[in-house]
Amino acid sequence: MNANTASNVTPIGAAVRRKEDHRFITGKGRYTDDLHRPGEAQAYFLRSPHAHARIRSLDTAEAAAMPGVVAILTGAELAEDKVGDLICGWMIHSVDGSPMRMGSHPALAKDTVRYVGDHVAVVIAETLNQAKDAAAAIAVDYEVLPAVSDLAQAQAEGAPQLHEVAPRNVVFAWELGDKDATDTAFANAAHVIPIDVVNNRLAPNPIEPRAAIGDYDSGDDAFTLWTTSQNPHLARLVLSAFVGIAPENKLRVIAPDVGGGFGSKIFIYAEETVCAWASKRVGRPVKWTCDRSEAFLCDAHGRDHITHAELALDPAGRILGFRVKTTANMGAYLSTFASSIPTYLYATLLSGQYDIPAIHCHVDAVYTNTAPVDAYRGAGRPEATFLVERIVEIAARTLKMDSAAFRRLNFVTSFPHQTPVIMNYDAGDYAASLDKALELADYAGFPARKTEAERRGKLRGIGLSNYIEACGIAPSAAVGSLGAGVGLWESAEVRVNPTGNVEVLTGSHSHGQGHETTFAQLVSSRLGIPMDQVSIVHGDTDKVQFGMGTYGSRSGAVGMSAIVKALDKVEAKAKKIAAHMLEAAEGDIEFKDGRFSVAGTDRWLGFAEVALNAYVAHKFPTSEIEPGLKEGAFYDPTNFTFPAGCHVCEVEIDPDTGVTQIVNFTAVDDFGVVINPMIVEGQVHGGIAQGVGQALMESVHYDADGQLVTGSFMDYTMPRAENLPSFRIGLTQTRCPSNPLGIKGCGEAGAIAAPPAVINAITMALGTEDVSMPATPAKVWQIIQAWRAVAQAAE
Amino acid sequence: MYAFDYQRPSALDEAVALLRDLDEPKVLAGGQTLLPTLKQRLAQPGSLVDLSRIPGLSGIERRGEGLFIGAMARHAQVATSPLVQEVIPALAELAGMIGDPAVRNRGTLGGSIANNDPTADYPAACLGLGASIVTNARTLVADDFFTGLFETALGEDELVVGVEFPAPARAGYAKFRNPASRYAMAGAFVAQMADGVRVAITGAGQGGVFRWAEAEEALHADFRPESIAELTLDASDIMSDLHGSADYRAQLVKVMTLRALVAALR
Ligand SMILES: Cc1cc2nc3c(=O)[nH]c(=O)nc-3n(C[C@H](O)[C@H](O)[C@H](O)COP(=O)(O)OP(=O)(O)OC[C@H]3O[C@@H](n4cnc5c(N)ncnc54)[C@H](O)[C@@H]3O)c2cc1C
Repeated sequence: MNANTASNVTPIGAAVRRKEDHRFITGKGRYTDDLHRPGEAQAYFLRSPHAHARIRSLDTAEAAAMPGVVAILTGAELAEDKVGDLICGWMIHSVDGSPMRMGSHPALAKDTVRYVGDHVAVVIAETLNQAKDAAAAIAVDYEVLPAVSDLAQAQAEGAPQLHEVAPRNVVFAWELGDKDATDTAFANAAHVIPIDVVNNRLAPNPIEPRAAIGDYDSGDDAFTLWTTSQNPHLARLVLSAFVGIAPENKLRVIAPDVGGGFGSKIFIYAEETVCAWASKRVGRPVKWTCDRSEAFLCDAHGRDHITHAELALDPAGRILGFRVKTTANMGAYLSTFASSIPTYLYATLLSGQYDIPAIHCHVDAVYTNTAPVDAYRGAGRPEATFLVERIVEIAARTLKMDSAAFRRLNFVTSFPHQTPVIMNYDAGDYAASLDKALELADYAGFPARKTEAERRGKLRGIGLSNYIEACGIAPSAAVGSLGAGVGLWESAEVRVNPTGNVEVLTGSHSHGQGHETTFAQLVSSRLGIPMDQVSIVHGDTDKVQFGMGTYGSRSGAVGMSAIVKALDKVEAKAKKIAAHMLEAAEGDIEFKDGRFSVAGTDRWLGFAEVALNAYVAHKFPTSEIEPGLKEGAFYDPTNFTFPAGCHVCEVEIDPDTGVTQIVNFTAVDDFGVVINPMIVEGQVHGGIAQGVGQALMESVHYDADGQLVTGSFMDYTMPRAENLPSFRIGLTQTRCPSNPLGIKGCGEAGAIAAPPAVINAITMALGTEDVSMPATPAKVWQIIQAWRAVAQAAE
Repeated sequence: MYAFDYQRPSALDEAVALLRDLDEPKVLAGGQTLLPTLKQRLAQPGSLVDLSRIPGLSGIERRGEGLFIGAMARHAQVATSPLVQEVIPALAELAGMIGDPAVRNRGTLGGSIANNDPTADYPAACLGLGASIVTNARTLVADDFFTGLFETALGEDELVVGVEFPAPARAGYAKFRNPASRYAMAGAFVAQMADGVRVAITGAGQGGVFRWAEAEEALHADFRPESIAELTLDASDIMSDLHGSADYRAQLVKVMTLRALVAALR
């Protein structure tokens, strides 16, 4: 009767290959830069060469007369058209109750530039070369101002001020947790463990640079913007409601294939804003593609914290309290979600996997003359995890306890668990992932390996990282109460076609995650139809209902939950139709393996037959049941999800060169229910690589004048395959009780867990805790020299 | 990139004439250094003179005991040449350590030494082996050819045609890669030649590739690791930057010299 039997189904949990890879591998991907609009002109941004300067005058006359130039636009034209500032969508209040100090952030500078790369003017020309030629001919008279690029100096007396609204460059001075309870815990402590850490600034470096095409249609008085976005609806909302480009119904935002984002493509930047706006002003489609050098300058960076913290312990090593003081660099302007990263995505995770009775965290967020800083893979949670897992390790070493035993002593073991910093952990088994990781890593065999390495003149160390993160962001009311300007639910629409195949319109956005595969797996297993009969549609505000996009490992837990909800409705309606077709009571219809059957009989219909009937509408009363089979849903999560696990890194250091080689890396993660283990493994691999990159290699470096020193891959070190061993990967599973599929999310775990595992291993090998990230060979060698000098002096 | 004219001569004389007559010409070999420079608008030549169609510039042949390698020989060609592997295996190994496969398939010997990047690999081999650089006009010993950072003795319209490498009794190359760029942070070419030991260092010197005289003397006396174990390199002329201090680079030079020696002794 029906070919779509269960044997064609791809179940949840199957490691099937990614559907989208055929397109990508055969060069058929369609990225923004691949697209061309008839009559398009090219945009090139004249950027500030200074970290801080007042623009005394800006003369475009000569440049405007150069060959091919269509228009040169500046902040003056932006103001003329009443284009609004770029915004930060998360309000943080300071301890004193005052709202955060948001400095004006125009898409093109009005009179001041505040970082190298800041947008001075846009040249629109027939060709990119002509635009660049003209940009070089724009005469800008800068009054160079003193700049502050060093986070530690930003609040100093007499430091250069970036925004008048923010005295001493302070965006906010915020706190979380119970200060008095924490102070009491410290007063009663047997041991107090201090730590100072710097969380190094990172450049996101997705393989596809950002790009945009703005296209204004005067016939409809409507705009289309193609852009490299992780959340096209959010881009449309911000550009409509705040920047004022056009009403939402007159602005279509399309994010086609997007080649990686790691957070950096969440944000609404100056460039796409200008492309959209300028397309109307010049009457031509305007296209911009970022080059790699520009990406280093102006893609929002990640991390960049300085922290002092203390851990209070009882005599047995039980944690009594945790006190944290962090200064977070926001860069020159507040990017779209910048304020939420060092606050609610950071301090709320400071309890780690541990039962800590009292926590207090104070965060100063400050402006500096550097590129804006915002979410980057993990976003706040890597900073929290690094701090927690470093101080816990130091505590264990100080008390001469085994690292694993110390952690075990302090684990949260019963759920739900309310931490003192908002989060309510719903499920987990931290001992299980620790045990499995220690086994896979052969933790017990480490001392022998260390001895053997010593014989070869190598320093060997092993480091643990028991991370937790909050994913599946997030319950809308909860984040609303914390200052979010948006809700963080997700939407889905399931359209069953008359022939029984399915289109899923999702508000999530895939830019490497493999949604076309995993979402199709969900639908296949649920409806009993083959995966290739399921198409996933995303990334176009004209096709897809409003959605919130992809970041914070939310597409599984939130995006797929919305699909489940829509599928529930599809099934419910299809059952009604099937009941009429089978002339049975609705309550007797069972749906399983793609068949609607009458309970207790051998009478059944295939899914496609019912779908066709839904549209033909011959066999049911349309007064009771509407024709068609298409359902939508909005899903708002009830809680964050809490992926957690244990990563173990083992390193060998060559004392002659300072080179750290990762000889083993073990990752055991609890991601809840896994849809596609192969894709999950890929996410873990990539995350670990980025985490190792942060620990050993990557660091954005500005000089004292605010010039970017690491402006290309010649100076900014990316992790490479040869820097990584073959990972030992394991999973443990506790089902997430907070969403229908039991999913927790896996996209950021590696980047969160790896850095402290690596540094804990290096500090063990070197016998000093004073190793900052990135632990480059040069730095490690210097540490060894200093240590040898001390040893010699002692002799 | 700024606009430029493009010429592709089919004879060496023609290329030399073009270089003499054109306005602000620039030689194009593998383009691995030149093209990125042009793309970033860091150079604005009037014309490019592409050497790729000049016959006979990319050969690898025996010349006496040693080798003659044409200027247009690609790094990959040198790395995989059975002749180079037989006569000067350390040179084949060095070529195989340059950049990545794409760079090795395009980049050339002539381009690398004409560019004389202070962190490039080939200059160490040329100086370490006491090679002679053959141009369209003359032959220069390596010691006279490399004159400073990105500087050579080449005249305005002078082209590298090839390099004559004498065969060493034993030689080795060791390279510590800059973690970001993969160029040399310190590269040491150690060669035991008929007339003595040569140790050439790249990646570290403030003035580009140089010979480490103390190491040469010590190894000339006794070609064993112990001879240089106690040597230290004076760091005062050594580069210092984001990736490493002068002290660190001086240390790397020593370690790489030891490793090159061990490779030579294998
Ligand atoms: C990603 C990357 C990584 C790299 N890594 C390394 C590395 O690890 N080690 C290393 O040594 N190099 C490295 N390089 C440089 C590479 O080896 C280049 O190929 C080389 O420096 C230049 O050779 P080319 O043939 O590409 O020359 P081109 O780029 O074409 O020319 C370079 C310069 O030499 C001049 N020139 C070229 N040929 C001649 C000639 N016959 N006579 C006179 N002048 C000439 C040109 O005019 C130009 O000024 C790397 C390059 C890249 C892009």
